[in-house]
Amino acid sequence: MTTFWTIWISVITLGLIIGCFFLLRWALANKTGVPEGESMGHAFDGIEEINNQLPRWWTILFYITIVWGFIYLALYPGLGAYQGLLGWKSSNQGVLSLEESAQARADAKEEGLLVEYDRELDKAADVYDPIFEEYAKVPVEELVNDPEAVKIGQRLFLQNCAQCHGSDARGANVGFPNLTDDDWLYGGSGAKIKETLMLGRRPIMPAWIDAMGEQGIKETVAYVLSLSGREQEPEMTALIDAGKARFMVCAACHGMDGKGNQMLGAPNLTDNVWLYGSTEQSVTDTLTYGRNGVMPSFKKTLGDDKIHVVATYVYSLSH
Amino acid sequence: MKNPHELIEKNVGLLTVLILIAISFGALVQIMPLMFQQQVLEPVKGLKPYTALQLEGRDIYIREGCVGCHSQMIRPFRAETERYGHYSVAGESVWEHPFLWGSKRTGPDLARVGGRYSDEWHRVHLLNPRNVVPESNMPGFPWLAENTLTGEDTAKKMEVFRGFGVPYTDEDIAGAQDAVKGKTEMQALIAYLQSLGTYLN
Repeated sequence: MTTFWTIWISVITLGLIIGCFFLLRWALANKTGVPEGESMGHAFDGIEEINNQLPRWWTILFYITIVWGFIYLALYPGLGAYQGLLGWKSSNQGVLSLEESAQARADAKEEGLLVEYDRELDKAADVYDPIFEEYAKVPVEELVNDPEAVKIGQRLFLQNCAQCHGSDARGANVGFPNLTDDDWLYGGSGAKIKETLMLGRRPIMPAWIDAMGEQGIKETVAYVLSLSGREQEPEMTALIDAGKARFMVCAACHGMDGKGNQMLGAPNLTDNVWLYGSTEQSVTDTLTYGRNGVMPSFKKTLGDDKIHVVATYVYSLSH
Repeated sequence: MKNPHELIEKNVGLLTVLILIAISFGALVQIMPLMFQQQVLEPVKGLKPYTALQLEGRDIYIREGCVGCHSQMIRPFRAETERYGHYSVAGESVWEHPFLWGSKRTGPDLARVGGRYSDEWHRVHLLNPRNVVPESNMPGFPWLAENTLTGEDTAKKMEVFRGFGVPYTDEDIAGAQDAVKGKTEMQALIAYLQSLGTYLN
């Protein structure tokens, strides 16, 4: 803040407080020409106005607030660029990037400034960081036996993951996987779950309508649906056989046997777990238009140690 | 006059003028200096103006009254930043006219919702929030998927924003209608939501 505005703010603010003091002094004097305690000479509905002094307790409170105003402005940053005797501020508002934010935090610490938000973070870090650090030393497969850690993981899950995967972690048939069934797109080991959380996942199922045509899609859908052991009408056999021939291109990702590939996040098509629904229509849509899954990366939001605990909770759901 | 106080008490016009003068001191101290502060005029590094589609999405956000239940202001409290990310800073709002910080949180804060969910999640969620969040009490907005935009006013809107100091180029404005035309309101709103809070890096 420039000197001009600092002076501007200070003069008006302090001037007004002093002005209030003189206004009060002025209002305390009896200037009505009517002796105290006597009628002002008018009445409304039988209620008469008496010329009384301002109440003493009220006047004293007014003086106290004036004094308090000066004390407050001395301690806290209220007058332009003046930072206050306490060096207090709520946060580092002026930052223009995360880097500057971290720098401002470090600078404030060095100068001994009292940044309320930073202090809150430091306090929390003292309490919680050691807990998460301890957890991070134990592999997910062992930490799952610690009910406290799993509970913390669940809290973090509800806050960050439940919007898509559901508060019961059973997902939704619009592309959000069920995490409780031990059927994994990218692998269900502790390390793999952590990898998914850290880096995010962007599975892509291409659209096949141009390459296959409507008839081709129909055949392939028939074959794909037969893979999970569904009963098929006998007249479907020809369609299924035609689809089987077409499945060659699908096999690149889903494997010759249709059991999927966890390296690519290609789903197993032979079980009865369906990411986008199991109806003929939804499988047709998948093949026709393709699908673009998005699992965001939580590295920035949660950080390594918390992700470790969330992964533990997710692991616990199917073990 | 024996009692000058009586002059004010019996002249409502004079009383009004004096009250206005009294409260204007507050504005002189609290509001006026702020308008000349570098802090509220300087954008965060890498801040980008809304694209034509995002700008239309923002208008739909305003039209549907989203701001009535969703704030866009993460306060510097740990309880908020743990959930939403870094607290909002002044430099992120310099091109907002008017800002949509809101003051009521029936739903969560959206200041950094950009990139948090996939486009598909937003689509399913806006059609009917209970599709993905069974506990949600947010209304569905299914008509957004049906209404298409003409983009007739988009260029004009961008010119108005340029008048406020948002750095739109002539090309941005010339291409505005084509960028928007035929898109659904749903697409515009999702484009807007996906941009929120993504520029503080």
